[in-house]
Amino acid sequence: MKTLTKLQLSLAAAALSFNVLASPGLQLEEANTDITDTASLQNGAKLFMNYCSGCHAISFMRYNRIGTDLGLSNTDIEKNLMFAGDKVGENITTAVPEKDAMNWFGGTPPDLSLVSRSKGTDWIYSFLKGFYADESRVFGVNNHMLVNTSMPDVLWSLREGRSKEAFDNDVRDITNFLDYVGEPAKLVRIDLGKKVLFFLAILFVLSYLLKREYWKDVKYGIWRKRD
Amino acid sequence: MNNKQSWIDQRFPLTKVWNEHLAEYYTPRNFNFWYFFGSLAILVLVIQLITGIFLTMHFKPDSTQAFASVEYIMRDVEWGWLMRYLHSTGSSAFFVVIYLHMYRGLLYGSYKAPRELIWILGMVLYIVLMAEAFMGYVLPWGQMSFWGAQVIISLFGSVPVIGPDLLVWILGDYAVGDPVLTRFFSLHVVALPLILVVLVFLHLVALHAVGSNNPDGIEIKNNKDKDGIPKDGIPFHPYYSVKDIMGVVAFLMIFCAVVFFAPAMNGYFLENANFIEANPLKTPDHIAPLWYLTPFYSVLRAIPPMFGSQFPGVVGMGAALVILVALPWLDRSPVKSIRYRSPPFKWALGIFVISFIMLGWLGMQPVTPVNAFLARVFTVLYFAFFVLMPWYTSIGKTKKVPERTTE
Repeated sequence: MKTLTKLQLSLAAAALSFNVLASPGLQLEEANTDITDTASLQNGAKLFMNYCSGCHAISFMRYNRIGTDLGLSNTDIEKNLMFAGDKVGENITTAVPEKDAMNWFGGTPPDLSLVSRSKGTDWIYSFLKGFYADESRVFGVNNHMLVNTSMPDVLWSLREGRSKEAFDNDVRDITNFLDYVGEPAKLVRIDLGKKVLFFLAILFVLSYLLKREYWKDVKYGIWRKRD
Repeated sequence: MNNKQSWIDQRFPLTKVWNEHLAEYYTPRNFNFWYFFGSLAILVLVIQLITGIFLTMHFKPDSTQAFASVEYIMRDVEWGWLMRYLHSTGSSAFFVVIYLHMYRGLLYGSYKAPRELIWILGMVLYIVLMAEAFMGYVLPWGQMSFWGAQVIISLFGSVPVIGPDLLVWILGDYAVGDPVLTRFFSLHVVALPLILVVLVFLHLVALHAVGSNNPDGIEIKNNKDKDGIPKDGIPFHPYYSVKDIMGVVAFLMIFCAVVFFAPAMNGYFLENANFIEANPLKTPDHIAPLWYLTPFYSVLRAIPPMFGSQFPGVVGMGAALVILVALPWLDRSPVKSIRYRSPPFKWALGIFVISFIMLGWLGMQPVTPVNAFLARVFTVLYFAFFVLMPWYTSIGKTKKVPERTTE
C-alpha cells in the first residue's frame, strides 16, 4: 500500500506540473519582468502610450489609476500619457475609428487590457521582439510568435541604432506595464499576502498550543472527571 | 445568564441542541489527518456564500456586460479583486477538500452500514456542487465560460427523441446566449446554494444520528461505560472544535498563499483563455473544463459515438457519477477500515485512485490517438473498481479488527 500511495502522489504531482495551456512548438523568451519596479512601469507606460495606444485600447484601465499606482500626478498624466482622452478619470480607449482600422489592418487591433492574462508576459515579450523582414506581407514584416500578423513593426525606431540591451529593456518595460494593466491589484496583493500569511502563521502556533492544552485531558483520560 | 438561558430553553431547545451536537456529542478519539476535511468543507462553503454575496452586488448578468463587470470588480470595486480571488480559489479549494473527504470515506469504509444515507447525501451534494461550479464558471462570460457551456449543454441535445427540444428548452434560445447567462446566474446564486445548504444540514443530521466512523472502522457505541458514554469517545466540543480550529488555520495558510500569490494557479484555477471575452464566432483551439470536472469529461470523450449519437458517452459520464451512490451495497467486506482490509481491496483502491487522477489529467489534454486509448483503459478501470467490488471485497484474508480504538 505504501508504494501505491507514493505512486499515486507522484502521478498527481506529474499531472499538475504539466502546464495545461502550454501550446506546443513555440519558443518563448522569458520576459523577467518585475512589477515592483516603478521606474520600469513608468517607462513602460510612456512607451505604451506613445507607440501602442494609437491603435490599441486598454479600455478597462483609467488614466488616473495609472497615476495613483505609478506615482504620477494628474498633470504628469495629462502632459505625458493622455493623447486620446479628455479627462483623467476616463478609460483608455483608442483614437482609431473602427472603420479606418478595418481598412488599414483588416480588423480592429485588439484591446490589450488583459493580454498579459490571456497570453502571458513571456508571449508579449517574445512577440514584440519577434518581428522579421518578409516582403510578401503588406507591412514588409512578419512575426515568429503570431504568423502573418497584421501588425506593423511599430517598435523599429526603438531598435534601429540602439544596443540590443537597450531595446530589450524597453520591450521588457512595455511588457511589465501590460502585466500591471492586466491586473492592477497585483501591486497590492503580493504585499498584503505576506502580511496575511505572517498573521496566519502566528495564529497557527496559538491554535496549536490551544489544541495541545485541551488534548492533555484526552491523553491522560481525565476529561471525564471534570465535573 | 442562567435565567436568560432557561427563558430561551423554555421556548427553543438551545441547551439541548448544544449538548446533543457539540458538548455531549461523543466523537471517536482517534481521528487523524483525513478527518479535517468535513469541517473544512463547511468553511469553504461559508467563504463561497459570503464572497458570493459581495460579488452578486457588482456583477451584471447580461451577456453584453458580464465580462466587463467582472473586470470592474477586479479594478474599480474596493477589495473587489480579493472577493473575486477568494471566490474563484474557493471553488477549486472546495473540490480539493471534497475529494480528500471522499477519499477518507473510501479509506476507512465510512460509507458502509449504518452510514449509507450519509454517503448518499454526500454524493448528491457532490453532484449539486459540480452543477454549482459549472454554472458559476459560465458567469464571467469569457471564452472558456462560453465554449464550456456550449459543450456541456449540447450534451442534452444527444438524448434520444426529446434531445433537440430539451436543448432549446435549456438554452431558452437556439444557441448559448443571454438566456443561458441569466438562468445560470439565478440557479448559481439562489437555487443551488439553497439546495447545498439544506443537503449539508441533512448530511450532518444523519451523521450525528449514527456518529462518526474512525480510522479503525469500529463502532465506539458498542463499548460504553456505566454512564452510557462511549469509552473511546470524547465530546466534540471542546476537543474537536479546538482541533478543527487548528485545521482551519492550516488550511487558510495554503488557501491564502494561492489567493495572494498565484490566484490563477498557472491556468488551473482561472484559465488563460477565460480572460478573453466570449466570442461565438471564434472557437478556442482547445476547450477544457476546470480540473475538478475533467475526470468525467474524460469518460465522456472516451466512449465513442454509437449509431451516430454522442448519447452513450453522456450515459457513461452520468453512470460514472451515479455508480458512486451504490458503493455501500457493492462492498461485501466484513471490515470497514483499510487497516484491516484484505490485499485485493488495497490494490483495487490504489488502481482506482490512479485511474481517477489519470482521467483528470487526460481530460485537460487535446485528444490524440494515444490519449484516447489511455482514457478508454482508465475508464474501464474506473468502472471495474465498482463493478468488481462485490468479488474482490469478498476474497482475501482480512485482519482482525480490535475491540477498541488503537491510538
